[in-house]
Amino acid sequence: MLSRTADHLFWMSRYIERAENLARLLDVTWQMSLVPQSLDAINQSWAAIIALNSLEESFAAKYSTVNGENVLKFMVSDSDNFASIHSCLRLARENAHAVRGTLTTEMWETLNCTWLEAREKSFDQLFNAGIGEYFEWVKMRSSLTRGTTLGTLLQDDAYQFIRLGTLLERADNTARILDVKYHVLRPNGDEGATDFYEWGALLRSVSAFEVYRKVYRDVITPERVAELLIFNRDMPRSLHFCLNSVAKILDLIANSNSGETQRQGGMLNAQLRYGRIEDILEHGLHEWLTDFMDRIYLLGNGISKDFLMPMDQAA
Amino acid sequence: MDFYNEMFDANGGVRAHYKGYENWLKETPHERIARKRAEADLAFHRVGITFAVYGEEAGKERLIPFDVIPRIIPSTEWKSLRSGLRQRVKALNMFLHDVYHDQEILKAGKIPAEQIINNAQFRPEMMGVDLPGQVYAHIAGVDIVRAGEGEFYVLEDNLRVPSGVSYMLEDRKMMMRLFPELFARHKVAPVQHYPDMLLEKLRAVAPKGVSDPTVVVLTPGAYNSAYFEHTFLAQQMGVELVEGRDLFVKDEVVYMRTTQGPRRVDVIYRRLDDDYMDPLAFRADSSLGVPGILKAYQAGNVTLSNAIGTGVADDKSIYPYVPDMIRFYLGEEPTLNNVPTYMCRKPDDLKYVLDNLAKLVVKEVHGAGGYGMLVGPASTKEQIEHFRQLLIAKPDGYIAQPTLALSNCPTFVEEGIAPRHLDLRPFVLSSGDCVDMVPGGLTRVALTKGSLVVNSSQGGGTKDTWVLED
Repeated sequence: MLSRTADHLFWMSRYIERAENLARLLDVTWQMSLVPQSLDAINQSWAAIIALNSLEESFAAKYSTVNGENVLKFMVSDSDNFASIHSCLRLARENAHAVRGTLTTEMWETLNCTWLEAREKSFDQLFNAGIGEYFEWVKMRSSLTRGTTLGTLLQDDAYQFIRLGTLLERADNTARILDVKYHVLRPNGDEGATDFYEWGALLRSVSAFEVYRKVYRDVITPERVAELLIFNRDMPRSLHFCLNSVAKILDLIANSNSGETQRQGGMLNAQLRYGRIEDILEHGLHEWLTDFMDRIYLLGNGISKDFLMPMDQAA
Repeated sequence: MDFYNEMFDANGGVRAHYKGYENWLKETPHERIARKRAEADLAFHRVGITFAVYGEEAGKERLIPFDVIPRIIPSTEWKSLRSGLRQRVKALNMFLHDVYHDQEILKAGKIPAEQIINNAQFRPEMMGVDLPGQVYAHIAGVDIVRAGEGEFYVLEDNLRVPSGVSYMLEDRKMMMRLFPELFARHKVAPVQHYPDMLLEKLRAVAPKGVSDPTVVVLTPGAYNSAYFEHTFLAQQMGVELVEGRDLFVKDEVVYMRTTQGPRRVDVIYRRLDDDYMDPLAFRADSSLGVPGILKAYQAGNVTLSNAIGTGVADDKSIYPYVPDMIRFYLGEEPTLNNVPTYMCRKPDDLKYVLDNLAKLVVKEVHGAGGYGMLVGPASTKEQIEHFRQLLIAKPDGYIAQPTLALSNCPTFVEEGIAPRHLDLRPFVLSSGDCVDMVPGGLTRVALTKGSLVVNSSQGGGTKDTWVLED
């Protein structure tokens, strides 16, 4: 297929997935902020979201204080902020528009309607109606997009590039949520009492609460939460699940230039397949996750170079 | 002025080919039709069958109004139109081949040579270039109007990048969805095989020696007014929709960038004007085209559809000579009429035009889309005076024609059903000796009372066009 088409499909699915994950992250932060605690601690967790997206400067240019309402406003509906949910939904639709001939009618209409509805919602309306409801809506629209894709699209290369975008974005986001929340919840890595509600909220943010119960049939411990989100091969939002699928897709779409990218994808997958949570915690979870996100970023670059924006080389 | 009504004769009786429809219209409650019209609007919006209007807010998309009363053409009338179209398009392609080769028609003195050589649409780069099947205009969108019983005129030949065929197809789909019972009552000739026919023609004109050609549609991009149509046709034909940046030329061969590496392209259905096709050969500031593609084309390694340089045959200053082309190349009398045309570059014609501006239609020689024209009878004194100055300043930039009594057809408008003027654009496909078209074409209707301008950019709408089979 055309490289440009693949590029638009890849980014279309990345942006809709990004909107969903952002909704999940904001939702869990919002819920945790309602648990009794110091105002400092609450605002710290909001500041972490801005830091996570490296948006300190553009945030500071608009708002003088970091608090829940300002961060929500900035990350939910600010059209000047290219990382806001609003912008992600717009960019998903724009990418879809550029290749609407490749999408099925149902997919195009889903993405188009999502954007048309999002455009109608002002922040004050959303906030007053209960911001949680909005997050649910974003998740539902993302699910609907995935559903129409799975249910209507021919499973050729176009489908593979859409999946690739979804999985890479999701791996990156799961790593981010884990990174920021783990250290808010266990600032010193001590073995003190863990708060059932807070860890529960984190698990719910990646739809893993029931999964945890099923897999461990035991109380919630931070180590197991990290293990589940990193190593479980069957949970759709875990790092291992994402990279396992990415590696398979890279083998399917391989071309004569993509050997190195395949190798990198395969190596990441192998680490997740054979790694142990004890080893990661020993060396520091934050360091490990930072390194993982860097490598996901490099993998995305490789995919871009090999498939989406190839140089002019006649066969 | 008396106008020919497509549905009713001069005494108010229903014409034979409209009897079935008129009965249905009488017995069908208007609330039902109103509901169906709203349904159509909604469907067109959701699917995003829209077009962009130049000059309006950037990126703004508008619906082309769709009218549910079809334009019906009896089969005998269509047969005569079809043979006239075949004859005309065949002669135009022969003219183009001649102009870019031996120029026999100029030597014979049928057309003044300077009219061709000095024409901005003439491309000297095409001299001596041999094209597969000697076809230049693979797709022609000939605009036809009716002024009376059996009296058809060609307004324009549109041999560059004619658009609108997606509306023809979508209008039919919509009519069948809204009123299936009508199609059970009438034998309406099908049109949905147009994309197949187009693909077949495009494959047939592939460069020599290519047995399984790769065909693509080239679009200027998502902000072009006809972008919907470009995606639609590519999707319906099952070929890639590419932009200039997706293509590159190496050693006079065109490739597209794919996820599996470069892939050779053989036939390009391009929806981009000549000027923008190759920044190395034409407009250097064009970022929409493909550097070096002209060289690949001249070398015969890729087919462009339509060919470079077809504009010299559909230019309004060449239009008056089309009947002579038919006589010259085919030795036949033209079946379809030309509208008598005053060429303002001729002093006598200019004088007549200036004296009769209020009665005439004045068009820019290079204009299109209903922009830059004057409809004398429908214009204010100021508008007429404005055009008088334009004409005096640049007479060779304009032609003028008598205002035709365009036929009209009952149409849903705000105050109910009322007659509105319309035209017809059949899409004529050529490859080698074979000239083909699906029955009918796109009917455009001027929704403003009394207006003779049907272009969608000027607020025109469309109707489904039925050719009835015997």
